[in-house]
This record gives sequence, structure tokens and C-alpha cells, in this order.
Amino acid sequence: MKENIIIKVENLTKQFGNFTAVDAISFNVKKGEIFGFLGANGAGKTTAIKMLIGLSKPTHGKGSVAGFDISTQAEEIKKNIGYMSQKFSLYNDLTVVENIRFFGGVYGLSRKRIKERTESILNELDLTSVAKKTVAGLPSGWKQRLAFAISMVHDPEIVFMDEPTGGVDPKVRRQFWETIYRVAEQGKTVFVTTHYMDEAEYCDRVSIMVDGRMDAYDTPINLKTKLNANSMDEVFLKLAR
Amino acid sequence: MSAITINNISKSYGDVLALNRVSFNVAKGELFGLIGPDGAGKSTLFRILTTLLLADEGEGYVVGHHVVNEYKEIRKKVGYMPGRFSLYQDLSVEENLSFFATIFGTTIQENYDLVKDIYVQLEPFRTRPAGKLSGGMKQKLALCCALIHRPEVLFLDEPTTGVDAVSRVEFWDMLQKLKQKGIAILVSTPYMDEATRCDCIALIQKGGILSINSPQQLIDDFRRPLFAIKTSATYRMLKALRNANFTASALPFGENIHLITTSKMTPKEVKEHLDELNIPVEEVTAITATIEDVFLELSTLKEPIKE
Repeated sequence: MKENIIIKVENLTKQFGNFTAVDAISFNVKKGEIFGFLGANGAGKTTAIKMLIGLSKPTHGKGSVAGFDISTQAEEIKKNIGYMSQKFSLYNDLTVVENIRFFGGVYGLSRKRIKERTESILNELDLTSVAKKTVAGLPSGWKQRLAFAISMVHDPEIVFMDEPTGGVDPKVRRQFWETIYRVAEQGKTVFVTTHYMDEAEYCDRVSIMVDGRMDAYDTPINLKTKLNANSMDEVFLKLAR
Repeated sequence: MSAITINNISKSYGDVLALNRVSFNVAKGELFGLIGPDGAGKSTLFRILTTLLLADEGEGYVVGHHVVNEYKEIRKKVGYMPGRFSLYQDLSVEENLSFFATIFGTTIQENYDLVKDIYVQLEPFRTRPAGKLSGGMKQKLALCCALIHRPEVLFLDEPTTGVDAVSRVEFWDMLQKLKQKGIAILVSTPYMDEATRCDCIALIQKGGILSINSPQQLIDDFRRPLFAIKTSATYRMLKALRNANFTASALPFGENIHLITTSKMTPKEVKEHLDELNIPVEEVTAITATIEDVFLELSTLKEPIKE
């Protein structure tokens, strides 16, 4: 079922001089899936993600994201995906509404559409009371969810998240994952990296990169069975050590 | 003599109360964990104790020296690893270490025994610029640089944030060894699972201490009925549990949902209730709390989060 595959990658490779950062990885992500992209520091995750979101060209191999070729249609990919980076990336001195309007404008949404999106984000996240407050003053959990909502302001089919929960409160971390579940239930695809192995358990499928290679790629349950481990933490330690 | 003593330290930035009357003691050779999320006030406390910031109120002593009046003595005797990587990115691994040794009037050779276990892992990259190391390696180098003058107290501000699970385990193994050499360590982390590797922990949130105890005691003190529920439909189950009258709290925990019930129940009773909800349940077990359960419970009790 080709139309159900939203990311398809074959032998994707990136070399920097003599160093192979990403070594011929192949995988698929299905539409509506929560896909966990795991790996140790320096394993090549960021390099791989940069190729997927059109910021870096592969040395070898091919891939498509949301129906566009990652080597030749990078600009199309950027318009059709959402991206939430590790660092909080909204403008602290703009208000909630101004941030939504700004990013809506960047993605070329019409005024009417921006207005609709603003209303739906404010309602969904219950931010109406602070709509005209600067983002700087919001509690970190709200900021996080606002950043997530804004990364999807242009209603993309897929959103990439690079360590969205690093360092946040355990309660906020859980609320955030419930937001991810909700989005996935609406049929959106979520591609997420994390160092919290309990969060790896929340994913439908995960891949684990080790030294540029993809050493595991399956559902959390299957990986645990295969490696005779009780938790994803054990799976990760067995593979990456 | 305690390695660290603090009494009622408070600090505000404008209207924001970063630390609210914080007090605790860290003994010599103790590994003390400050566990809490971003914005809890951890870094502010580190900066006060390392004499880089003045508290508004309260007093602090490090290896017997007053943090304000005797700051120069403290600076000689402590090692500090800030949350943000602060070594010289364009100096090599070896140059960084030798720089920090020289500043403290010592040499790498003189204290090599202290950093040896860690430094051997860095030796293959001796000539690489520090900025080009991987995250885990950067942390190891920063730890070496904080140790090279043989400090009596080590301050480590989130040394494992953003570091992968393997490097995190290795890092904590190293801390255990340093502790045995009599160095007191104050370490902060947002990872609750690391709390169990400390002798004593302070759970901190929004500038206030929620509890100070050994990890085991905190777990033993958790008295509420707690169950792990395994289901293939996590999100649906969570939503259903939130509306159930027997639920005190229901939160995702890795592959399970942790359910706290409002009254004592057996796993069998819980299972029967769940079966009525018409969502597939694989298993219900009564479990012992983890530090994360304790933290979530304490933070909810003391500071209800409105959602």
C-alpha cells in the first residue's frame, strides 16, 4: 500500500570527507504513525533528520517525504512538513497571537486562514485568556504545547520533533505526549527523537541508530522480545553499548 | 564538618521567586541529588554556592567557608561543571585540561590518578578540538577539567541533560567512584531514574523543596494504591480512566499506564472495572512506586497545576 507510506528511505548515506555520518539506512514510516527515531549522541540522528527535512543533501541513496523527493524537491518538503526543534523557537517578546500570525505568514497562509488557525489553536490549548500576553511569561508546559501547535499551523501531514521534551517537568512531558497521541489519532504522522527511553515505549515503531547504521527497526514490543529485554531502556543499552 | 550547609536561601529575579527558603546539608563524601524540572531553581542554587551569585536572604557554607565573606577560599576548593558546555571549543582536549590545571596552580601529572579512569576514554581524541567532540565525550572532558585541581566538593549542574542513555549510565558510574575518594558531590538532573543513584535527594519545583530523603525512603513513604495497566490502546484507556470515578490519577509510564485509585483495591477489582470500559486490557498489577511517581504525586499535592 504505497499511499500509506509517508516517509520512504533507501540506503540513505551522508559522508563528510572520510567520515560516514549516516551509513546506508533504509526505513519506512506509515501515515498516522508515531515513529521514534532513537540513537546515542553522535550516532547520526541529526544528520539523518536534516536530510529528511530538506536541509542537507544525501551523498548516496534516495528518499521521499510526504510524496516529495529529498534530493530534488527540498523546497516542497519544507512547505509540507512541520518541524519543532530542541530549543524553544518562538519569539519571546511577541504575544501568543503574534507568534501564530508570524509563523502563519511565513508559511504563506491567507489572512482568513491565519484567523481560523489562531482561533482553533487558542481553543484547543485553552490559551484564550493569555492570547495577548507575551510568550516569555507563559509556564514552560504551555510554551511547549504552543510551539508544537505552531509547528503545525500550516496543517502538514507530518511533523518532525527533535527532543521536544528534554529537561521538562515529568507532568508536562506526559501532557505533551498526550497531545502527540491526539494529533496521531487525527491521522497525522509524528517523527520524534528522544533520550527518554520510557517515551520510546509510547511510539508505534522505533528505530535505533548506532554509529551511522540503523541497528534496530521495529515495534517496541518486538524489540523487547527479540533482545530478551524488559524495557526499551535495556534494549537501548544492549544495542548501543 | 558538612561539605555544604545552606539555611533558608531565597533569591528572586524581579517578580520571579527562583528560590524560596531552601535549606539542606551535604556530608563529606555524599552524593546529593537535586531533582527537578527546568525552571525549578537548580542552576540559581548552584551559582550561589559556587560564589557566582548573591542570595537575597539566607546563608550558605561550602567546606566550612561562608559563600559571601570567604568566596576566594571556596573557589580554590570546589569544582564546577555548569549546565552549558563551557570549555574552550577551539582548544584541544589536552590543551583544555592543561589550561584548567595551570589556572589552579597544578599539573595534569600531579592529579592524574583522580581523572585517569575518565581521561583514558578521551585519550584517543587528545588532539581534537573540544568543540568537535560528541555530547558524551564533552561531558567527560568537562568532568576532568572540574576535577583536575582535586576539589573537595564537586558541583555538577545537569551533567546528563541531552546525553544518551548509555553515556548517562557511564557518567553515574564515574560519580560513584569519585564519591569513594571522599569528594562530596551536588548534582542536579531532570531525569528521575537517575535519582536512585544518589545517597540523598531533594525534590525541587518552582524554587521550593518538596522533600529531602534517601531515594528508598521516598519510595517507602508512598502509600497510595498504585497499579500498572498494560493495554494496546494507551490513549483511549487514559481518556476513559480520567472519567472513571475510582481514578485519583492516570498517567502514561513507558509501556504501562500508572493508575492511582481513590481507595484500596485489588488488581482483580481494578481489572473488573476496566473490563466494563470496553477497552482491551492485557494485565493489571499492583506495583511499588518509582521516584517519578513520588515526584508527580508530591508536585500535584503541593502545587496543583490547573489545566
